[in-house]
Amino acid sequence: MTTTMTPEAVRVPVNSLATEARAAAVVWQREMIRFVKDRSRILSSLAQPLLFLFVLGTGLGSLLGSSEGAGSVAFTTFLFPGVMAISVLFTAAFAGISIVWDREFGFLREMLVAPVSTASILIGKALGGATVATLQCLVLLALAGLVGVPYDPLMLLAMIGLIFLMGFMITSLGLVLAARVKQIQTAMPLVQLVITPLMFLSGALFPLSGLPTWLAVLTHVNPMTYAVEPLRSVVFDHLDVDAATRARFDPGIVWGTWTVPVGVQILMTIGFCVLLLSLAVWRFRRTE
Amino acid sequence: MNTPAVAVRGLVKRYGAIEAVRGIDLEVARGETFGFLGPNGAGKSTTINILCTLVEPTDGEAEVVGLDVVRERAAVRRRIGLVFQDPTLDAPMSGEQNLRFHQELYGVDRRRAPARREEVMRMVGLWDRRADPVATYSGGMRRRLEIARGLLHSPQVLFLDEPTIGLDPQTRGTIWDYVAELHRNAESQEDGGITVFVTTHYMDEAEHCDRIAIMNEGRIVALDTPDALKAQVGADRVTITTDDDEAALRALRTEFGLEGAVREGAVSIAVADGAGFVPRLFDRLGHHRVAIRSVTVTRPSLDDVFLAYTGTTIRDAEAGPAASRGMHPMAMRMRGR
Repeated sequence: MTTTMTPEAVRVPVNSLATEARAAAVVWQREMIRFVKDRSRILSSLAQPLLFLFVLGTGLGSLLGSSEGAGSVAFTTFLFPGVMAISVLFTAAFAGISIVWDREFGFLREMLVAPVSTASILIGKALGGATVATLQCLVLLALAGLVGVPYDPLMLLAMIGLIFLMGFMITSLGLVLAARVKQIQTAMPLVQLVITPLMFLSGALFPLSGLPTWLAVLTHVNPMTYAVEPLRSVVFDHLDVDAATRARFDPGIVWGTWTVPVGVQILMTIGFCVLLLSLAVWRFRRTE
Repeated sequence: MNTPAVAVRGLVKRYGAIEAVRGIDLEVARGETFGFLGPNGAGKSTTINILCTLVEPTDGEAEVVGLDVVRERAAVRRRIGLVFQDPTLDAPMSGEQNLRFHQELYGVDRRRAPARREEVMRMVGLWDRRADPVATYSGGMRRRLEIARGLLHSPQVLFLDEPTIGLDPQTRGTIWDYVAELHRNAESQEDGGITVFVTTHYMDEAEHCDRIAIMNEGRIVALDTPDALKAQVGADRVTITTDDDEAALRALRTEFGLEGAVREGAVSIAVADGAGFVPRLFDRLGHHRVAIRSVTVTRPSLDDVFLAYTGTTIRDAEAGPAASRGMHPMAMRMRGR
């Protein structure tokens, strides 16, 4: 042992935007390392959306008996963006809640004692969750042709962007939920409790038209609704459907008499991202 | 560089009605290896957490390399290395990935980062295992990796909270070898080099330190070099086993005016010159027809120091009521983080 420990060898720089960004980037990178190593998780999390799309979609589709004529749309086509959203919902929520593991195994402490802000760590986590959710969805996007969705490059790009945004929002929600949870056994039921209603009340599985008032209200207060609708809207923009079919399957979000424009919905989703992430940071600062 | 590595004045930490730290004063010089001793629940971890900016004090002041731990939190964090009692490694990542993560988090210069990783990993003998996931490391290897990581950003003060807890004696020895090496290097540095602030409740380990503080029930009850503390206790300890302990105690009282104590089935007596005392002891107890079956003479150890200052051995302190007080739910939660 002849090593010399010279304090001049390396110095920790004063905090700046650059050091904060590096911290967020390395947290993101760790999520990627874990994603690549955990191949079984990739496969198992693909099973659920595929069942939704091809089993539930085909089954319910035959029940609805949507006319296969020109200008109309198959139920599986309608379901495609919804299933995408469900996949994001579960993958991203899981990514957010995984911070409970970090706490249980102590690694969270290593991250939180570093001379960087808690926000940088959590932004890294949220970006990681969003990336993982997006990568999962790429596999589903590849199947678009099977359900009558065209491979339009612009549509695919827009969908990827919206999926990423949704992933960021849901990972942040997972982080909010994880902030006070000490054990993973407690976290899992909590996620189920929150995620399942978000899925059913988001318009991912059925169109938001002609609903009874109580259900319409619940879907309108669900942040997920405003992340799902832009995705469906992008798909329908690139389908060859008549106005009546579109009104039936993609009625948009209507507040009273005002149809909320897709741009506003996206802005709202960005707002939810900021809100949820800030809430997570606040809760983590108070707990740790 | 005359600012002390650690300076603490009137430090108090209360959790509700529980006073974990009850007003302590402390100064640690640059380059010193400073031992912080006490039973579980004595307030060691709370104090170290305050110094590492993880817990805010209720009252008093604490500075690390001249920086206030509350007002200059980030600046303190940049200058300290931490090794916690509980592991804080990411098991799926490799040893080197864990270190690289740390360097990025601390914003270490990328051009120097790989060389520094190699340097610290070689120091703790893990360079050959750098690509293996931490999950495959033994407890001792993980601890060594954590110490390497603590040194990665060249901290001015390295805090080690119970670094040897749960390790086998050989690995414990190895850990102390690293501390000794840091200390040797520190002596050759102009600025006094790295200060090591280490908590332990193994008395024998405290011998490795330049100075030690003994903490009990939230207070520092002794603070000096190990030798000076032992000299203060002064006495050798003569322990005898007899056929009749009560008679032996009576004889000690009448013949020598000494108060013996019965501990674990043996009579123990504190005397200035143990070796010289033994012949006289045999002679006088023989007159009282007390048969001595065995005798041991021990020089004072830090265990005796602890005993003298707290009135209990460190093991008894942990098993007894003081320990249950210390392991209040709040203290448990602190530890759990």
